Amino acid sequence: MPRQKIKLYQVGSFAVGNRLLDPDDRTVQARSERSNTLTSGHRACQGCGEALGARYVLDAAMRATGDQVIVANATGCLEVFSTPYPESSWQLPWIHSLFGNAPAVATGIAAALKAKGRTDVRVVGQGGDGGTLDIGFACLSGMFERNDDVLYVCYDNEAYMNTGVQRSSATPPAARTANTKPVGFEPGNVFGQGKNAPLIALAHEIPYVATATVADLHDLEQKVERAMELHGARYLHVLVPCPLGWGAAACDTIRLARLAVETGLFPVFEAEHGEVTAVSTIRRQAPVEEYLRPQRRFAHLFGVPGRPDVVERIQAGADRNIRRFGLLAEEEE
Amino acid sequence: MRSQIEGSQAVAAAVALCRPEVISAYPISPQTHIVEALSDLVRRGELEPCEYLMVESEFGAMSAAIGASAVGARAYTATASQGILYMAEALYNASGLGLPIVMTVANRAIGSPINIWNDHSDAMSQRDSGWIQLYAASNQEAVDLHVQAFRLAEEVSLPVMVCMDGFVLTHAFEPVDLPTQEQVDAFLPRFEPRQVLDPAAPVTIGAMVGPEAFAEVKVLMHVKQMQALDVIGEISGEFAQAFGRGSGGLVRQYRSADAETIVVALGSVLGTIQDAVDELRDEGVSVGAVGITCFRPWPLAEVRAALGHARRVVVLEKAFAVGLGGIVAQNVRLALEGLPARVHDVVGGLGGRPITRASVRRLLGDVLEDRLDPGALTFLDLDWGLVQRELERPSGPHAENILRDLAAGPR
Repeated sequence: MPRQKIKLYQVGSFAVGNRLLDPDDRTVQARSERSNTLTSGHRACQGCGEALGARYVLDAAMRATGDQVIVANATGCLEVFSTPYPESSWQLPWIHSLFGNAPAVATGIAAALKAKGRTDVRVVGQGGDGGTLDIGFACLSGMFERNDDVLYVCYDNEAYMNTGVQRSSATPPAARTANTKPVGFEPGNVFGQGKNAPLIALAHEIPYVATATVADLHDLEQKVERAMELHGARYLHVLVPCPLGWGAAACDTIRLARLAVETGLFPVFEAEHGEVTAVSTIRRQAPVEEYLRPQRRFAHLFGVPGRPDVVERIQAGADRNIRRFGLLAEEEE
Repeated sequence: MRSQIEGSQAVAAAVALCRPEVISAYPISPQTHIVEALSDLVRRGELEPCEYLMVESEFGAMSAAIGASAVGARAYTATASQGILYMAEALYNASGLGLPIVMTVANRAIGSPINIWNDHSDAMSQRDSGWIQLYAASNQEAVDLHVQAFRLAEEVSLPVMVCMDGFVLTHAFEPVDLPTQEQVDAFLPRFEPRQVLDPAAPVTIGAMVGPEAFAEVKVLMHVKQMQALDVIGEISGEFAQAFGRGSGGLVRQYRSADAETIVVALGSVLGTIQDAVDELRDEGVSVGAVGITCFRPWPLAEVRAALGHARRVVVLEKAFAVGLGGIVAQNVRLALEGLPARVHDVVGGLGGRPITRASVRRLLGDVLEDRLDPGALTFLDLDWGLVQRELERPSGPHAENILRDLAAGPR
C-alpha cells in the first residue's frame, strides 16, 4: 500500500528514504518539535528493535493527538530498560503495573478519562509478545470485545527476551530459544504451535488492526496516525528484531525486519472492522534462507549436515503467506 | 432513611452515594447482587459520571481499577473467594503503588473442595497484601464502613477492603439506615490526588526498584498502615458525629470491660456471640466479646487494652493457617505478650457451617470448665470420625469419600 507517490526505491519493499519525501510527509523523527517520548539514556541493547519501534510509535501518537497520550506498559524489556528507579526515559505520563494486565490498566485509564470528560486524552497500552500474546491475552481480548478506547501496541521480538530468551507463542518454528534448544529429534521450536495475534485481533472485528515492522518506519508512523484517527479498540503488531535473542548483529536489525517482510514470513497489512483493507506488497520475494542465515537462532539449520528439510518447511509457510495475503506486487507495465 | 433491604442492595446504594467514577466488575457468588445493583444505577443514569466495566476476570477488574485510580478517578470493585486469589498479583500492585481503591469482599470459602458459602479464608489469604482490611459485623456496619473506607483510602493513599460475610450478610434482609447524598457529600470530599497520570505534568509510575531502595518503598506501606490506625479512629469519631451512630473504628467491646473470659471474633458471628454472652451474663458468668473491626493494620495496642485484664481469651475465627492454626489467634497472642491470659484457638464456620448460639455456649462451657487445652487448635462442631475414616484410607478423592461416608451415616 505505497502511500507515497514517489517511485524511487532501491530496496525490495516500497519503502522510501526520508530525504526523497516532501517535508510534510517526512517522519516525525525528522522534526525539531518531535516529543522524544522515549528519550536518550535508556538501557536498551545496541540495535534494539523494540526501543526503535516504541519511540516511533509514541512520537507519532503524540503528534497525532497534540501530545495528549497516557501509556500503560506491561512488564518486559521495554519497561526494565526505560525505568531503572529513580531514572525514567519517558517524557509522557506512563504507568507500569504488571506483566499480564497492561490492556486492562489501559481500559481503566480510558474509563476514568471518559468519566472525567477528558476525551482529548488518548490511551496507548504496550508490551512485548509474551506480555501480549501469552500472559496478557485474556485482558487483551477483553479490551477488544468491549471495544474500549485503547490503542494496544505489541512489540513482537518472538520470545521472552527479558528473562533470557525463552519461547513464547510468537516464537517461529525451528527457532532456538533457551527452552527450545537445537537438541533432540526436532531441533528448535516445534512446528504447528503458536498463535497469530493480528488475525485473532481481526476476528474480534475491532475498528483497526495493523501489522508493521521497524524496517518501514514511515508505514509504522502512518498506521499509528490512522489508529489515532479512530476510536475504540485498536491493535498494532510491530515486528522488532532483537539482536541478543536472535543472535544477530546489532547493525542488522532493520535488514532482518525488512527480510521478514520480503520473504513473506511477516505479512504487513491493515484491517478495519474485521476486513483487510490493505497489504504491503513485495516487489521480489526473498528466499527465507536470506532471512534465516544471519540469525544464530537458526544456525542449526545450516551446519553440516544442516536441515534443508526444515528450511523447506519454513519456505512453505512464507509461500503460503504470500498466497493468502496477496503479498506479491503485480509487475508494472 | 431506614429501610428493610438486602445487604448487597444496601452496600450498592452506599457505594453509589460515594460517587465512584469507575466500577469494574466480574461476577462471583456471593458478590453478584452488589455489582448487579450498581450496574442498574449506572444504566439508569442515576450514578453519573461513572463508567461501569464488565471485565474478563478479577485480575482484569483490579487492573482496570489500578489504571482508573492512577488517573485520579475514584475506583471500586467487589469480589470473593477464588476471585480474590485470581486478583492477588494486582492487589499487591495496587497497595505498592498507593492507590486508594475500595473493594468489597463478600467473604466466601476457598477451594478445593469448591464451596460457595461463607468463611474468611479469602480475605485472610490477602492479609499481608498491603490492603487495609475492615470487617463488618452487620449490614448497617457494612454500609457505614464503605462510606468511611473511601475517605480512609484517600487520606492515607492505601487501598481498603471492606469484608462482609457472604450470604450471611450479603443476602440477608434487615433494617438499614441509608445516609442521604448530602450527608455523604459533606463527609467524603472529592478525590483530589496529589499525583496522577496527566499529559500536562507527565510522571512515571511503577518504575523498577533495585536493592538500593526496595526496602524503603516497602516500609513506607507499613508506616502508612500504622498511621492508618490513628486515622481510622478519627474517621470513625467524625462519622458518629455526622451520622448519629457509632460504626467502624478498630475494635468493638461488648460487655467485656470486666469480663474474665472474652470471645474475640470478626464479622457477623459477633451477633451470635453477643446473644450467647447475654445469656451467660444472665446466668452470672463473667463473659464478654471483642470484635475486631480493623484486622489490617493490626490494632495491637487496642487489642491489648481490650483483652489485657482477661483470664481466658477465646479466638473464634472462620479461617486458619494450614500447618499452624489460628490466624487471628496468632495476632491476639502477639498483642497479649507477657500477660497471663490463656488464648484458645478455635476455628469454626468453615465453608458455611453455621456457628449457632448453642455451639458458642458449648464452646464456652468447655473453656470455663477447663476441658479445652489452650495449646491445641480446636475445631468447632467438627466430625472427627469422618476425618479419621478418611485418614485410614490409603488414597482417593477425599471430598467424594467424605461425602459418601456422611451419607452412609455413623459407622
